[in-house]
Amino acid sequence: MLKNRIIPCLDVKNGRVVKGINFVDLVDAGDPVEQAKIYDEQGADELCFLDITASNENRNIILDTVKKTAEKCFMPLTVGGGVRTLEDIRNLLLAGADKVSINTAAVNNKNLVKESAEKFGSQCIVVAVDAKKVKENKWEIFTHGGRKSTGIDALKFVEKMEAMGAGEILLTSMDRDGTKKGYDLDLTKKVSNLVNIPVIASGGVGNLEHLRQGIKIGKANAVLAASIFHFGEFSIKDAKKYLDSKGIPVRL
Amino acid sequence: MYISVIDYGSGNLKSAAKALETAANNINLKFKIAVTSDPKIIKQSDKIVLPGQGSFRDCYFGIQKITGLNETLNEFVVEKKKPILGICVGMQLFAKTGYESQETKGFGWIDGTVRKINNMNGKFKLPHMGWNEIELSKDCFLFSNIKNKSHMYFIHSYEFMTKQKDCVVAKTNYGNSITVSVEKENIVGTQFHPEKSQKNGLIILENFLKWKM
Repeated sequence: MLKNRIIPCLDVKNGRVVKGINFVDLVDAGDPVEQAKIYDEQGADELCFLDITASNENRNIILDTVKKTAEKCFMPLTVGGGVRTLEDIRNLLLAGADKVSINTAAVNNKNLVKESAEKFGSQCIVVAVDAKKVKENKWEIFTHGGRKSTGIDALKFVEKMEAMGAGEILLTSMDRDGTKKGYDLDLTKKVSNLVNIPVIASGGVGNLEHLRQGIKIGKANAVLAASIFHFGEFSIKDAKKYLDSKGIPVRL
Repeated sequence: MYISVIDYGSGNLKSAAKALETAANNINLKFKIAVTSDPKIIKQSDKIVLPGQGSFRDCYFGIQKITGLNETLNEFVVEKKKPILGICVGMQLFAKTGYESQETKGFGWIDGTVRKINNMNGKFKLPHMGWNEIELSKDCFLFSNIKNKSHMYFIHSYEFMTKQKDCVVAKTNYGNSITVSVEKENIVGTQFHPEKSQKNGLIILENFLKWKM
């Protein structure tokens, strides 16, 4: 049986982890490779790097980070943040990323998802969708890290992305992100039921029960979380044990 | 000993090469691992690894585009009968025909076809992505020290179907029973990614390296 995936996410800026594991005994908490190794040892099912480097000239640093991580960790690696062109995707894949997530550019450049899926295969193209609730049963796409409204209906958008060849949807609720109140389960369930590609729930996890809800109620295939893992509050193992005890299929 | 990871423009070759290096270190074997498409280097290799990402058709034509590569691989596998490990689409290419986007010829080393996974009218999402348990259906060196029902990392929408049941080493369940590892004489393949399957994956690569030593 295919297991639900638990995916920790690390924010990386100029090659340094700015939001990640904050254990006291870490020699260099800013080193992405060290952090990746910890999650690898804890049995994370995948690892996600979000590159939040602001300036273009520092963008290539992420390639070095990915390369070094892929040399040490033999687990699936998804990289997102600032991906705009086929060249960006190619470079990340060559550096060792298994999947590349496209956010703003998927909205602004209609053909990018289609062209990249044709060129590199759907399996490595993740579309990251940042959605905000605008009224009952209606969500809108936001870009630029959730700052810019687009007027695009989120549900229509994910259907279109699937048709364009996206292999997976990384769905973040902008209303819940950072709140620790749990996923937007309505949104997650609607998107999961709508598309026939895997959906990763993201945004708002504050405890392990939220992970269960994302899978059981939101019907997500994978759950992404950042802060609950960063401070050693919970390990990936804790999360899996909890889910297993609630009857959710996970890889122990 | 020399190993070539065949480079024909498909995806993530570094991970495969690095995982092989780590596997070699784990078992204290000295291997020189090259990522290459050069027929000369491939011919001199003791073993080869054929990775594959993207579509069957793109991968097949990716190989055809490189002068002498198709012939070199056939000679290595069919005439010289030297060990090859195919990963993901690399394994699928062992089949006679692939049906991804259009009918495309494969190497035909194993009598089989590659078809889209039956997702039971949308009940199962595609790609089949993530960690699934494998069921070992016969003894094979590739899975020595691997427990039955171990988890491996998968990412694919098409499956290898073969009537040569004696070639099937492992299966997994995703709606239907899917063939996920094959073996025929000097040929082995895995649908899952050993280079992404953490410890279990490294053990499989170690087993491949130790094979026919």
